[in-house]
Amino acid sequence: MKNLYKLFSILIIIIVPNSYSFAAEKVEYLKTDWSFKGLFGKFDRASLQRGYQVYTEVCASCHSMKYLSYRNLAEKGGPEFSEAQVKAIAASFEVTDGPNSDGEMFTRPGKLSDKFVMPYENVKAAQAANGGAYPPDMSVLVKARGGGVDYIYSLLQGYEEAPSNVSLDDGVYYNKYMYGNKIRMSAPLSEGLVEYGDGTSATVEQMSKDVTTFLMWSAEPHLEARHQMGFKAIVYLIILTTLVYFSMKKIWSRVKSEI
Amino acid sequence: MSDHDYRPKSKVGQWFNDRLPLLTLANHLTDYPTPKNLNYWWTFGGILTFCLITQIITGLTLAMHYIAHADMAFESVEHIMRDVNYGWLIRYIHANGASMFFLAVYIHIFRSLFYGSYKAPREIIWIIGIIIYLLMMAAAFMGYVLPWGQMSFWGATVITNLFSAIPLVGEGIVTWLWGGYSVDNPTLTRFFTLHYLIPFLILGLVVLHIWALHVPGNNNPIGIDIKKPSKDTVPFHPYIVIKDGFALLMFMIVFAFFVFYAPNILGHADNYIEANPMVTPAHIVPEWYLLPFYAILRSVPDKLLGVVAMLSAILILAVLPWLDTSKIRSAVFRPLYKQFYWILVADVLILGYMGAMPAEGLYLLIARVATAYYFLHFLVILPVLGFKEKTLPIPLSITEPVLGGSPNLAAARIKESKIE
Repeated sequence: MKNLYKLFSILIIIIVPNSYSFAAEKVEYLKTDWSFKGLFGKFDRASLQRGYQVYTEVCASCHSMKYLSYRNLAEKGGPEFSEAQVKAIAASFEVTDGPNSDGEMFTRPGKLSDKFVMPYENVKAAQAANGGAYPPDMSVLVKARGGGVDYIYSLLQGYEEAPSNVSLDDGVYYNKYMYGNKIRMSAPLSEGLVEYGDGTSATVEQMSKDVTTFLMWSAEPHLEARHQMGFKAIVYLIILTTLVYFSMKKIWSRVKSEI
Repeated sequence: MSDHDYRPKSKVGQWFNDRLPLLTLANHLTDYPTPKNLNYWWTFGGILTFCLITQIITGLTLAMHYIAHADMAFESVEHIMRDVNYGWLIRYIHANGASMFFLAVYIHIFRSLFYGSYKAPREIIWIIGIIIYLLMMAAAFMGYVLPWGQMSFWGATVITNLFSAIPLVGEGIVTWLWGGYSVDNPTLTRFFTLHYLIPFLILGLVVLHIWALHVPGNNNPIGIDIKKPSKDTVPFHPYIVIKDGFALLMFMIVFAFFVFYAPNILGHADNYIEANPMVTPAHIVPEWYLLPFYAILRSVPDKLLGVVAMLSAILILAVLPWLDTSKIRSAVFRPLYKQFYWILVADVLILGYMGAMPAEGLYLLIARVATAYYFLHFLVILPVLGFKEKTLPIPLSITEPVLGGSPNLAAARIKESKIE
């Protein structure tokens, strides 16, 4: 068994310095208690629903979410809106379809199977409307940023007056969590910007938390299933390992040797 | 191949075995005499076989859903993650499986370095192993390109550009590799093809690796030649099978932890941004398992010499059996080599760390010193050590130190001489 301890300490030595989550200039991100972290982490359903509201009322005017479909909003492990609610949500969007039998494109109300409607036709149109900056697609945004959820959560609350030694061009804002501190997006959230149906007060902090939770789900829609299966798999492996360990001891007891 | 006189018990078995001796092979594999003192460092061969099979099975499944096209690759990966049944599981096993594969192969290689398993008569096993390792790196690199994220694209650009360092024909070779004038769709489709091919080449080489192993038999922690079969050996089944199984299960727990609870920690966030030839990421970093060689590449100021240094760092391993002049295999009986061994381990870890850091200032200096030491170890220290080192007395058999009742060999020897 002594060798096993050695083995595991080596594993740790190899893995730890290599999980390189370093940044050129390290800033301490704002922290909050994410419900989806940890072995049994699950999404806060109400927060996801509020987060969707923030996304659709605020972010979606510039940011696409092209890998999600409306049906995802009703699926297990997500915001879990009722199917009727999601049908209504989908129907509130105009989707271009076609060509029809006359060869014409037409618009129709969205269906469950439709992908989220994009705010701009294409990247060029998005850039043209945003002073040359492309608002990134938000489907996997949380996974595409080094600091993950903490980074997004902090960024949304990180707008400040620029220090006197920093000069900003037109349409550029100062954000203390942004890489290089300069961001093309103006502060998207302000107190009371959305009106939550469940009576939660819409502070910037609350909205940041809700929309970041929603973004975490959109990036990892199967997170809950993953955590549940992971726990079962590891418990199973530990039991099996224990049984095999004792079988091994038994078998090797016939041989004069140390294992 | 020790046992050719095996005869199946049943008539049908005999009839079949006379025509195709598969049952003889199976008998050889189960009876294969294995040193009984193998420690857990020896279980990584089995673990690596598991890794290879896992990568092949998950890879085949992914290939059923993946689309190798520059415009659709990223989207098809998201399709796998979202809409394919358990696609997220298969992809995370495959992605983390690559890291686990390298973790295991590094332990396997360093076990060999510690116990001198590369020395005569096992040079061919070792050289096949180095070829497998090279192919693994190629497969992993090309696999990382397939999701067509930013790090895929720019990693491919940086690595393929290395070939442009070759005088005269370099630029032509790069264009030929790319199938165009930049990394683009033709590059992606050929990388996909090669990524699909290489694992099967590795599988073939693994068969040769094991075949070559079964000729002289396993080395062992005290590194002496043993009589087979004898008191010093146990049959592969059930003794080694169950021990390898136990170690594999331990390994799978670590593996499962990454897959289920930290599936993206070993990857780079930028690879979740779709490839964009117009935007270069701030830092282009390879996967962790290639970092030591990346550090060596960057620590040489000249591009061509950097590439030469990086390749030599790997190829030097192939001639290791002839660079190490010591007659004694195991570091257990080589007090000086043992210390240099651990310095080498630290050196490679330092190189890995420096590979992840920007190549400037103190980082670059440390990387240069570590690179120099790496070559010093193989080219100077090892050959000289073989002549200069005073090794400890080696036991005559595996049973000796064990039956001596004390891990202290000297004490065991004294006891034995008294009995005589």
